[in-house]
Amino acid sequence: MIEFRSVTKQFPDGTVAVDDFDLVIPPRQTTVLVGSSGCGKTTLLRMINRMIDPSSGSILIDGEDTAKLAPVQLRRRIGYVMQNSGLLPHRKVVDNVATVPLLNGVPKGEARERALELLDTVGLDRSLATKYPRQLSGGQQQRVGVARGLAADPNILLMDEPFGAVDPIVRAELQRETIRLQQELGKTVVFVTHDIDEAFLLGHQVVILQKGGHIAQLGSPAEILANPADDFVATFVGADRGKRALRIQRVDGRDVVVDQNGTPTGVLQP
Amino acid sequence: MKWLESNLDLVWELMVDHVALCVPPILLGFVISIPIGWLANRYRPSRGVILVVLGLLYTIPSIPLFVFMPIVLGTPLLSPVNVVVALTIYAVALMVRTAADGLASVDRDVLQAASAMGYSSWQRFWRVELPLSGPVLLSGLRVVSASTVSLATLGVIIGVQSLGYLFTNGFQRNIPIEVVTGIVATLLIAVVFDLLLVLLGRVLLPWSRGDGRQDARRARRRTATLVAEGIS
Repeated sequence: MIEFRSVTKQFPDGTVAVDDFDLVIPPRQTTVLVGSSGCGKTTLLRMINRMIDPSSGSILIDGEDTAKLAPVQLRRRIGYVMQNSGLLPHRKVVDNVATVPLLNGVPKGEARERALELLDTVGLDRSLATKYPRQLSGGQQQRVGVARGLAADPNILLMDEPFGAVDPIVRAELQRETIRLQQELGKTVVFVTHDIDEAFLLGHQVVILQKGGHIAQLGSPAEILANPADDFVATFVGADRGKRALRIQRVDGRDVVVDQNGTPTGVLQP
Repeated sequence: MKWLESNLDLVWELMVDHVALCVPPILLGFVISIPIGWLANRYRPSRGVILVVLGLLYTIPSIPLFVFMPIVLGTPLLSPVNVVVALTIYAVALMVRTAADGLASVDRDVLQAASAMGYSSWQRFWRVELPLSGPVLLSGLRVVSASTVSLATLGVIIGVQSLGYLFTNGFQRNIPIEVVTGIVATLLIAVVFDLLLVLLGRVLLPWSRGDGRQDARRARRRTATLVAEGIS
């Protein structure tokens, strides 16, 4: 469990990225922080592994105040996946995956063996192990990034817009994989995105953020869609338009679901 | 040609002296420039001043610098240390901007990721920043190498043995072949050094092959110009 307790972050230039933020992130589930740029979502994520320290307030992991933990040690036990993979260009794929275990002093052979298993886990062929990151496609690089995040078998996996830079088809594939991995491995995933569809797809709990890290609404995707807290949320999730504003039309004795434009999207099952 | 046949031993001896004179400044210049380049990047406001001031060192005329060295260092007049220190100053002048640029060229995302993985700052510098600035550092080192090899010929003016001896002696005694031999031998050393550096890059930076090609081409062009200037 991760807990934010009245966390505020003011940067040296005076911007308040996060203002008095409270949140409980339940274990073994995916929590998605979603919002437009400047809402503080990445700052919040980076405060969990102390890439950024809060100006005030505290963050607790399983009841332990992270301010009392050494940042480097803390980061080694929290997985981190970022946009553009952030792989080390001078290390082969297998060594990139083994980064954290090697930092933790795991013998090289053992770390590499485990890294190869992780390539299987994220659905990459082992023949890619000896390639350098730039020899891989964007989607493959992201998979390596995920494998690296999982390498030290952390309880928590932080994902910072990991699929923002890959094409829609690969993104859909990676999203499905993320759901599968989360279910199989039971990690606590904290996922940051600006894409509400992605948030609803992946999140057990979705946190919609407004400027300054203010929570506009918190709930399951169904709860949010059923009952948007205010106009901001309604507009943000698109409940008032397009493919989310669905109606039922009776056609030949069956219930056909159509969107706002009258385009059929499916048939209601009895 | 007769001169060359009867002086092969001398030429060889001078080449060895020349190499011995060049290697320490190249290595020292590299080692000294890295922390300075790092500091220049670390303390942004100072970056411009540090790089300009140190870069200007290259414009100090070499003969006065050689002559002043014993006075400043308190070394004997004919000591090779005078030349080594002077050449190191020029090496730093050339290298420090490349070192700063090289370290600054490392992708911010990669550094962020390295920190997020749990590299301490010290580990991150040695295992991520320094290796990743390798291709740029190498291109700078190749320029420094060429510059040092050509400048070292001037050591002879303050009585330190180098291939420059063949220039002065050849001019004084009007033996053109001796001067030409000096030029060819200097060029040969410069080319061999350059090849060794490229080879070192291939071994140490196998991941960069292909990426650094443009850097290398630019560096080679600069090298050619510098060698030509050094000889003229």
